[in-house]
Amino acid sequence: MKLVELASTIRSKNAGVDHITFDIICRERRNFERVRDSGALDRGAVARLFGIDESRVTDFVVFEPANAIKFTIRRLRPSGGMGESDLFGSQQYAPLFDVEIP
Amino acid sequence: MKSVRIVTPTGHLGTTPLEKASFERGCGMSPDVIVADSGSADIGPYPLGADKAASDEVWQRHDIEAMVLAARRLGIPLILGSASDTGTDRGVDQYVRLIREITVQYRLEPFRLAAIYAETPVDEIRRRLKDGASIRGLNGRPDCDAATLDRTDRIVAVMGAEPIRDALDAGAEVVIAGRSSDCAIFAAPLLNAGHSWADAFFCGKAMECASFCGEPFMGKETILGRVDGTGVYLTAMHPDQACTPASVASHAMYERLNPFREYVPGGYLDMTNCRYEQVDGKTTRVTGQTFVPSPTTWIKLEGSGKVAERALFIVGIRDPYTIANLDRVIGWAKGKLTERCGPLGGTYNVYYHVYGRNAVMEAMEPTPARAPLEVGIVVEVTCDDAARAETIAHIAGKNLFYARLPDVKGTAGTAAIMSDEVLHARPAYEWTLNHVVEVMNPRELFRTRFETVRA
Repeated sequence: MKLVELASTIRSKNAGVDHITFDIICRERRNFERVRDSGALDRGAVARLFGIDESRVTDFVVFEPANAIKFTIRRLRPSGGMGESDLFGSQQYAPLFDVEIP
Repeated sequence: MKSVRIVTPTGHLGTTPLEKASFERGCGMSPDVIVADSGSADIGPYPLGADKAASDEVWQRHDIEAMVLAARRLGIPLILGSASDTGTDRGVDQYVRLIREITVQYRLEPFRLAAIYAETPVDEIRRRLKDGASIRGLNGRPDCDAATLDRTDRIVAVMGAEPIRDALDAGAEVVIAGRSSDCAIFAAPLLNAGHSWADAFFCGKAMECASFCGEPFMGKETILGRVDGTGVYLTAMHPDQACTPASVASHAMYERLNPFREYVPGGYLDMTNCRYEQVDGKTTRVTGQTFVPSPTTWIKLEGSGKVAERALFIVGIRDPYTIANLDRVIGWAKGKLTERCGPLGGTYNVYYHVYGRNAVMEAMEPTPARAPLEVGIVVEVTCDDAARAETIAHIAGKNLFYARLPDVKGTAGTAAIMSDEVLHARPAYEWTLNHVVEVMNPRELFRTRFETVRA
């Protein structure tokens, strides 16, 4: 099953001026447990998905109270500088939709 | 312990107007204080560096008017943080002016106002650096040095609860704060009432974006927070919204590196062991938060500096052959620029933002390109000199018409424009400071001025 079918929220947003953070939240507890326990999402997997070095994934946590997985990526340049493509960091989540959850 | 009720109608005062119906409902719940945050770093480095508001004054005035009239009618304090998006001195003075104008317009009874300034001259930070102060980079940034400050035009320090607590203690009925920690503007009245740092800062953390902590998703609706010694209670005021354990917990992680810690001057809020319980249809109670004091007081500094002037040119392409060879087309255009204007990245820079391909995700785009029907290209040119930026933008865009591809059919031009003009853009700034400076006293970078506002 694809992640987009299991999660109720998949979003990205600035976390401060140097990072973009990603939240994957499931309304159903069993969906969350399936995603959490699948092994399909971890630091290495998200680094590979976005084609970045794993050292740029600064945080990766499972946040049980919100049925959520959260990770944060360091930007190459601070937000809003020359050549900026996504000032709020709010459109970086789309590739997560198609992650296959066994 | 005294129960304290806080209402907040907006998560960013002035961006879009607050919704009055749920605000009036919140004001009917016997609140002790009205609080709203007006700041954001999301707006990019330009507003701080150039000292301009990002929000429109019409909407700022709309929200301030609703809040100041309610606060004066109820006889309770009003606290506004990070005045006018950036919390510079200009922002504080602008909000004070709006309060004075509203007071005159509605012939309000006189009241005491505190204006708390947070702008810190670059030279003041330079002096502290020279005196050996530690100015640490946050989240992997290098520490601040003289070169960092040379690139910085304007700095705001981010206040914690202390200057606001002092202003309230001194009898301020309206507090206009410069740049402030979002949760500290909520924590200040709670701490003054004797509540724990854990509950005070958690309440602020949950309420700072108003109805973002409820579900379903709604912006600009009022949230009521209550702290009474048995936990933090959050209640949605819109009839169709509720604060649920899921909505409050998921807001706790919004826009943050991780969901467990919130740093403020004096320590950090630890949310690792928070328990979220639904106590009625619209209310969630949170307990288990702790506050870990720090032996050193660190104050966050935000700084921005001008990098270059900017100009834009917009081009559309429909020819499938040109789209299929877009990298060659852009490469050709860049080659011509180098011939005419010197090497890219020397005295100027050019960015081709290709909408329809990967303008939004650039190098992080994992999906192989599909051939789009059309692409839109925003050509961005940066250069020290504004006139030269426009000159370069003109040919950086126009060269897309003349790219020499071997099998091109459209020999009258391989691109389209909606208008043959270079768009003057505001200058490029960069976030130069995202740092913390060690201080002896959490008040020392802030200045408070009192006045009596009269009709």
